[in-house]
Amino acid sequence: MSQFKVSEKGFYGKFGGAFIPEMLYPNVEELRIQYLSIIAESSFQEEYLNLLEQYVGRPTPLYFAKRLSEKYNAKIYLKREDLCHTGAHKINNTIGQILLAKRLGKTRIIAETGAGQHGVATATVCALMGLKCIVYMGEIDIERQAPNVARMKMLGAEVRPAISGSKTLKDATNEAIRDWINNPTDTFYIIGSVVGPHPYPDMVAKFQSIISKEIKSQLHTQEGTKFPNYVIACVGGGSNAAGAFYEFLDDEHVGLIAVEAAGHGVDSGESAATSVLGKIGIIHGSKTLLMQTDDGQITEPYSISAGLDYPGVGPLHAHLNDVGRAEFIAITDEDAMKAGLEICNLEGIIPAIETAHAFAVLDKKQFNPTDIVVINLSGRGDKDLNTYINYFNF
Amino acid sequence: MNRINQKLQENKKLLSIYFTAGYPNVNDTVSIIEQLEKSGVDMIEIGLPFSDPLADGPTIQESSTIAIQNGMTTQLLFEQLTNIRNTVKIPLLIMGYFNPIMQFGVEEFCKKCNEIGIDGLIIPDLPIDEYLSEYQSIFVKHNLKNVFLITPQTSNERITEIDSISDSFIYMVSTAAVTGSQSGFGEEQLNYFKRISNLNLKNPQIVGFGISNKETFKQATLHQKGAIIGSAFIKFLKDNSIEKIPNFINFII
Repeated sequence: MSQFKVSEKGFYGKFGGAFIPEMLYPNVEELRIQYLSIIAESSFQEEYLNLLEQYVGRPTPLYFAKRLSEKYNAKIYLKREDLCHTGAHKINNTIGQILLAKRLGKTRIIAETGAGQHGVATATVCALMGLKCIVYMGEIDIERQAPNVARMKMLGAEVRPAISGSKTLKDATNEAIRDWINNPTDTFYIIGSVVGPHPYPDMVAKFQSIISKEIKSQLHTQEGTKFPNYVIACVGGGSNAAGAFYEFLDDEHVGLIAVEAAGHGVDSGESAATSVLGKIGIIHGSKTLLMQTDDGQITEPYSISAGLDYPGVGPLHAHLNDVGRAEFIAITDEDAMKAGLEICNLEGIIPAIETAHAFAVLDKKQFNPTDIVVINLSGRGDKDLNTYINYFNF
Repeated sequence: MNRINQKLQENKKLLSIYFTAGYPNVNDTVSIIEQLEKSGVDMIEIGLPFSDPLADGPTIQESSTIAIQNGMTTQLLFEQLTNIRNTVKIPLLIMGYFNPIMQFGVEEFCKKCNEIGIDGLIIPDLPIDEYLSEYQSIFVKHNLKNVFLITPQTSNERITEIDSISDSFIYMVSTAAVTGSQSGFGEEQLNYFKRISNLNLKNPQIVGFGISNKETFKQATLHQKGAIIGSAFIKFLKDNSIEKIPNFINFII
């Protein structure tokens, strides 16, 4: 048994579990008892993999970035999750969860979203399956991310504003959980990251693990080895990193680098670097590292990228950090924006600002010329055009 | 004997009131408790405010947010309650989410509660397994009753388990809903009240969520030992002074 796989009770080391009110227990328990067996069914796997191939566009390329490699003197490969349908890795998970929801007989889907990427990916699969979709989104995020709100509406979803607390992702998640409490029988909650009560972190990691499965086999074809020296991915809640790391967790000679958002700087008071600033606590049903006051009130993180400003981090990542299996690096807004623009110029790819944080590591860390470095290009930057425009005054 | 168990033996239907400590004003805690006891309330749940109260509706989310903005903290609540037992005799429970308690230190938190004369805790997001394996001995050592919740969706098997590890009362959530979202009970809830009563559990049940007036209090206590009012009381405090609390309670019992 791998020390990095979830325990029967839902823990990764001391992190994880299901710290939920009794009102949620029947729903979460139903899922916990059934998710592994449903996912393992051959009819499920067939449908899931078929949709990933025909609808999402998998496998995504593992692209050798020649000019980037020359500049940083290492063999740099980009895992092109930005080429997935809807523009990011998020849909790998929503496809998996909606198939699960259907098999559990659920007819109503709810989701939370911050920047709107997971909301769009959920609205997309709900349209595909003909299921009712309600997406909770912080009132402030609704204003900031108008194009994604429009996308969700075009896809037939109802977008409900979260008007409590700080009116952002954490509050949207609270509202989605409250909706689930109020609708315990017909509703399935599609969580967008490796967060929330067990079994969500494990389930989402499994659905995203297709990323590292493909990296292994593609690298084998292209380089003759399954094992890169490093895998780099950005971490908010941590779903793309969990997917990119998953198949390498036990291959300890593969270095895993998780990139957090430092915002204006880790010590600036405006940051989302949970591994540095967080303490162990409970958020959304999971025991994990969490940004909070001394009194245990959850605080609002900051990052220029809306997808990284979650006050917690998935329990798997908290564990990888705790035992030193992954190296956590915090990247400022400034360095991320610079790195994002560099990828545009060197490789002709406009990355999501979340992903740009991962690229900024190339400038911070020394690699050997023979090192194979895989960066998970988790999403494309179309959604961030306004932020890029305002930042660089294009 | 613990004050809660003593109260449960009284031959009457019990009214328990929840309020959020630090709301509407940070220093209202003691006067609200004293007014409630004077008004004839049987038991009080003191809400420890949390930034992200998952099981609560807009009313308690708002009172919690305001209480935190007012400067309420765990430490401050304990300071306010230091001498509460000089004046107040009825059972007092603290209801709060687990994170602030964890940050204070569970052992230290329980110790403080015991010193002050708190009789029990209601922590909706502390799971049973975790309680039994990590914290039960601490609660017992500090004479605190841990109160568990059941809902209309809780299986009979789980209710039996909860009954066996409880030794005061069971907090019976009336409806599949967050707090403060109901107006009146329907057939389904009334059947649920009866069904649970017929299980003949060793612990009496006190119904919470959806009780806001004389009518719903009566319905909730037809088969159960008592009922808890939370959101409706918070709404009352929003518009009325603490001196008016007896008016609210007289309207219920």
